[in-house]
Amino acid sequence: MKPVDEKELSAAIADASGPLAIVGGGTRKIGHRGGAPLYTGGLSGITLYEPGALTLVVRAGTPLQEVESALAAENQRLPFEPVDLRPLQGTSGEPTIGGVVATNAAGPRRIQAGACRDSLIGVRLVDGQGHILKNGGRVMKNVTGYDLVKLMAGSHGTLGVLSEVSFKLQPIPEAGASVLVEGLEDSAAIAMLARALGSPFDVNAAAHIPATGQTLVRVEGLEGSVKYRAGALASLLGGTVVDFDWTTIRDVRPFVGRTGDVWRFSVKPSDGPKLGAALRALGASDILYDWAGGLVWALAGEGRDLRPALSGFAGHGTLIRASDATKSAVPVFQPEPPAIARLSAGLRAKFDPRGILNTGMMA
Amino acid sequence: MELPTPNADILARKGAIVRRLQSVLPEGAVIADEQEVKAYECDALSAYRCPPLVAVLPASTEEVAAVLKICHEEGVPVVPRGSGTSLAGGALPTSDSVILGVSRLNKVLETNYDDRYIRVQSGRTNLSVTGAVEAMDFFYAPDPSSQLACAIAGNIAMNSGGAHCLKYGVTTNNLLGVTMVTMEGEVIEIGGAYLDAAGYDLLGLITGSEGQLGVVTEATLRILHKPEGARPVLIGYDSNEVAGACVSDIIKAGILPVAIEFMDRPVIRAAENFTRAGYPDVEALLIIEVEGSEAEITEQLEKIKAIARRHNPVELRESRSAAESANIWKGRKAAFGAMGQINDYMCLDGTIPVSQLPGVLKGITELSEKYGLGVGNVFHAGDGNMHPLILYDANKPGDLELAEKMGADILTLCVEVGGCLTGEHGVGVEKRDLMGVQYTPADIAAQMGVKDVFDPQWLLNPAKVFPLKDTESRRSA
Repeated sequence: MKPVDEKELSAAIADASGPLAIVGGGTRKIGHRGGAPLYTGGLSGITLYEPGALTLVVRAGTPLQEVESALAAENQRLPFEPVDLRPLQGTSGEPTIGGVVATNAAGPRRIQAGACRDSLIGVRLVDGQGHILKNGGRVMKNVTGYDLVKLMAGSHGTLGVLSEVSFKLQPIPEAGASVLVEGLEDSAAIAMLARALGSPFDVNAAAHIPATGQTLVRVEGLEGSVKYRAGALASLLGGTVVDFDWTTIRDVRPFVGRTGDVWRFSVKPSDGPKLGAALRALGASDILYDWAGGLVWALAGEGRDLRPALSGFAGHGTLIRASDATKSAVPVFQPEPPAIARLSAGLRAKFDPRGILNTGMMA
Repeated sequence: MELPTPNADILARKGAIVRRLQSVLPEGAVIADEQEVKAYECDALSAYRCPPLVAVLPASTEEVAAVLKICHEEGVPVVPRGSGTSLAGGALPTSDSVILGVSRLNKVLETNYDDRYIRVQSGRTNLSVTGAVEAMDFFYAPDPSSQLACAIAGNIAMNSGGAHCLKYGVTTNNLLGVTMVTMEGEVIEIGGAYLDAAGYDLLGLITGSEGQLGVVTEATLRILHKPEGARPVLIGYDSNEVAGACVSDIIKAGILPVAIEFMDRPVIRAAENFTRAGYPDVEALLIIEVEGSEAEITEQLEKIKAIARRHNPVELRESRSAAESANIWKGRKAAFGAMGQINDYMCLDGTIPVSQLPGVLKGITELSEKYGLGVGNVFHAGDGNMHPLILYDANKPGDLELAEKMGADILTLCVEVGGCLTGEHGVGVEKRDLMGVQYTPADIAAQMGVKDVFDPQWLLNPAKVFPLKDTESRRSA
């Protein structure tokens, strides 16, 4: 099924007799699910773009590439630095903006500009019974009723199928620069990133690559300001000002082309290196730190459950890349405490009482 | 405005309910005296008052849980209350409800500068959160204008914003985790000192839910290092349209000031008379603030001034000292109080797409003429969050109702041009019956479905947010 408008989407869901697997660009292989494919690519195109108001409204099946090009033409961008995990996942095709929202994907700028959920200001969707719903809108501040916009971000298509999404945007800054420090151990590197983020210099990315011993921070803004802040950070950290391609971190490039499972953990930044050590002890062969240590990527041999490394730390882990056999044996998403699981199940039953939307996801 | 009919059975059981609450709370934490409960009869929407059945002031998460468990068993509605600064009647009681005030939950539990967060009890005031970390040059970003008094609990309930959210976002963008007690009395943890909690974004769902999904007792908040400095510039124009165009050009140019504030002539005059801030007598006044080092501030202000000059300002004044900066902000910060000196007023906060600013200001002027009520406009222009102040006379019969009607027309206009009913104050009781202007019955039903999951018996702040007729069957079930 490939509906071309909201009405067809509503009918397709209302008339469905069994589970539906929602497919945007088909580039994300997180989780596993069965069901008849429901393609969102027919719901495509920018509905409204007001550069002077920093707002964009776009149909959910629009390719991310098309969105980013339109914004770039006005020297604007999505603030949260959407990730491109195609090389890591070994997938091809064009990711859609709806897929970005459904996974709440965010890159290195997460620590300053927030995740997708923080830039998302409105949604239109069709729930599991075919009801067409909207929440939020196209203005940056909106507290009218409950914030179902946030609920939809990262819900992996289990509560409804997005038909249209709205964002607040960011101007592309005049300049950017990175500061590199080399040769640090994990814990020293993360401590240094904390110093950078505890400075007044408005750092908007902070990462550590253990394999190469590179520790990096980034600043963006007006030309003179970037020069000043990069210089100040270089002397604060004892590093050098460099050009660095942050898609390396964003897309987990150090793991690309290497076999094994890929895990993604979110913890308190200062717990990052301790978790990294625990992951290595459980067999992780490589680690990558983003978000100043708060986001820990791990590469490990197939079929290992790395989640026990989290014990003693507050946070959560997701199995991002693995074989179907592993995904059947090891939970892809972090198991929830009973009270939270009850609320999640309750919400799911409200939005999709027949349990037909992406049934295997987040389960 | 209509309030639901109190449940006579609950009123009759007051004595027994009070005794049960007294059995789980320390002496002095249960206020049941008919005179004393009057202290809780209203919030900052003071046109509406109703003393609650009883007020309780728990001092720990455990005490909150004990109170909610009893109220759940007794089937008594609970109205959570932060500091009572809601402009939308979010903490307005009903006569058969228990007010649960969090004012005694005011401790700082943990500060962590390496990981940049603070954990506080939810009754702590907004400004005192920054107060707890400013010795280390950190601050908590959301800054609602009531920040001296308002509690973090209320900030979370209403997803509060402030003048500086253009750069730093609102409460939901700065909240990392909560400890929350459900209506059943169960204590749950959502999120924590890490980013993007697992599973559904329950944290995002709780924020702005107006105390209807649970009672937040503790919060983990993101803190940031202060910028090296900040400086405002004041720009006056002889038309609202031109001021609006200037704002739009600044945003398009890729400069992101921390604040862009807009005042129209009635507010400028009132603020000037009240504070003698030295404001020019112009149609529209912008206060634009930028942050950074001295050189960065100069770099940004040069660009802003160049754009502003292209629109032929009547006045363009850059602050040259801390005293001048304070003076520029003085009038703006006192604007509500200054208007209050002249008149009673009703403050709305509809939000519109920035591009619609001139048209909506014109529409508001027309409505002002139609209803014969004065109106002043002061708002966060960078994000389109308006604050029309409708002037009326509380002592004149019918004037409040007239102001409310005019307010409804203004908010309807905001929605018609692509905006919303409320940008940061919340729906409360004030805008409850206007929800249908913005949302379809299916949209509203989906939101009520969320409350069904968290609070199946609709005991938490039940008569708010949604039109009374829509919630009646659930509330009386």
